[in-house]
Amino acid sequence: MALYQSMEGSVLTTNLDKLINLARMHSIWYLLFGLACCAIELMQTGGPRTDVDRFGFVFRATPRQSDLMIVAGTLTYKMAKRTRLLYDQMAEPRYVISMGSCSNCGGLFQLAYSVCKGVDNIVPVDIYVPGCPPRPEALTEGILALQKKIKGEPFLVSPESGLIVNSNPVVGAGPAFAAGSKVA
Amino acid sequence: MSQAILERLKERYEDGVVETATERGDDCAVLKREILVDVCRFLKDDADFAMNLFVDVTAVDWLDRRTPRFDVVFQLKSITKRHRVTLKVRVDDGDDAWVPSVTGVWRGADWFERELWDMFGVRVDGHPNLRRILMWDGFEGHPLRKDYPVAGRQPLVPLRKSEVHVFENNPVDPFVVGLGVVREKSDGDA
Repeated sequence: MALYQSMEGSVLTTNLDKLINLARMHSIWYLLFGLACCAIELMQTGGPRTDVDRFGFVFRATPRQSDLMIVAGTLTYKMAKRTRLLYDQMAEPRYVISMGSCSNCGGLFQLAYSVCKGVDNIVPVDIYVPGCPPRPEALTEGILALQKKIKGEPFLVSPESGLIVNSNPVVGAGPAFAAGSKVA
Repeated sequence: MSQAILERLKERYEDGVVETATERGDDCAVLKREILVDVCRFLKDDADFAMNLFVDVTAVDWLDRRTPRFDVVFQLKSITKRHRVTLKVRVDDGDDAWVPSVTGVWRGADWFERELWDMFGVRVDGHPNLRRILMWDGFEGHPLRKDYPVAGRQPLVPLRKSEVHVFENNPVDPFVVGLGVVREKSDGDA
């Protein structure tokens, strides 16, 4: 205790999950995945005025380096097949933001013969951002909501048992941590 | 220029021109199918008309309202002469649903004619590569035909939940699908 007090102001006590989540939530690389007019707002969101880079959100051009897929625009059945493929290529843990009415539910085009009624038909969605298209502020709000979600996630350690776990079927701890082993 | 094209066509092709109309300066000629390519070549090569831009080909489906069923509509434009003309060919359903290809006249008509086949199921005779262009291989039916089911859906990947919603007072019965492709039940939520 004396040691701790002597280092007051320079030592922080927390648990591993919070520390890891702090890092994770501020380093989200999103996949460039603009499908329609929402992509224009997506570009604006990444631009200097809204600048999601300050939250650690930067775009990547490949799913293999991405943590987040922002589905921005009308999803056709043809594209749905590619969406599933890109999602499957992303490493876990991975997240999906559905941006705009079209990817939320098909939007204006939902009665069309070629349009998928929502990207949640294809991949699981974490955050839905309403709007047609949503303004950059709205997407930023969605991004902040995702950060909040990541912050509260059990990533390594189960809150009940204190064991290292695969916290849920979608978000896995990865092969470096064997499930069920005790935290050192 | 208005109507000069139509007069010239009537004079040159006589019975081949079924009908002509001019609406607010837009000239339109309904042609017999046999002379279509000939007319196109003439309009393109003739120095007075010089229709050097093929704008579009599409169709109008008059299902249950008229026989023959389709109007196939060609839009032509002359960039040098700054005028336009619309050509129509009437074709019926089934075996009669075909038009000759004009890719020999305008090479750029290729993809438009593929779209015509894809969307309306009007075959294009003599087309070098008549495949679907917008929809995928294996798609059943032609979506812009009036008898394509409104709720007809043909997803390419398994869906995580049902796409069919029943709305109250919905004029469209979501379960009436001629193609049997609408998924009524969930495929199991992943």
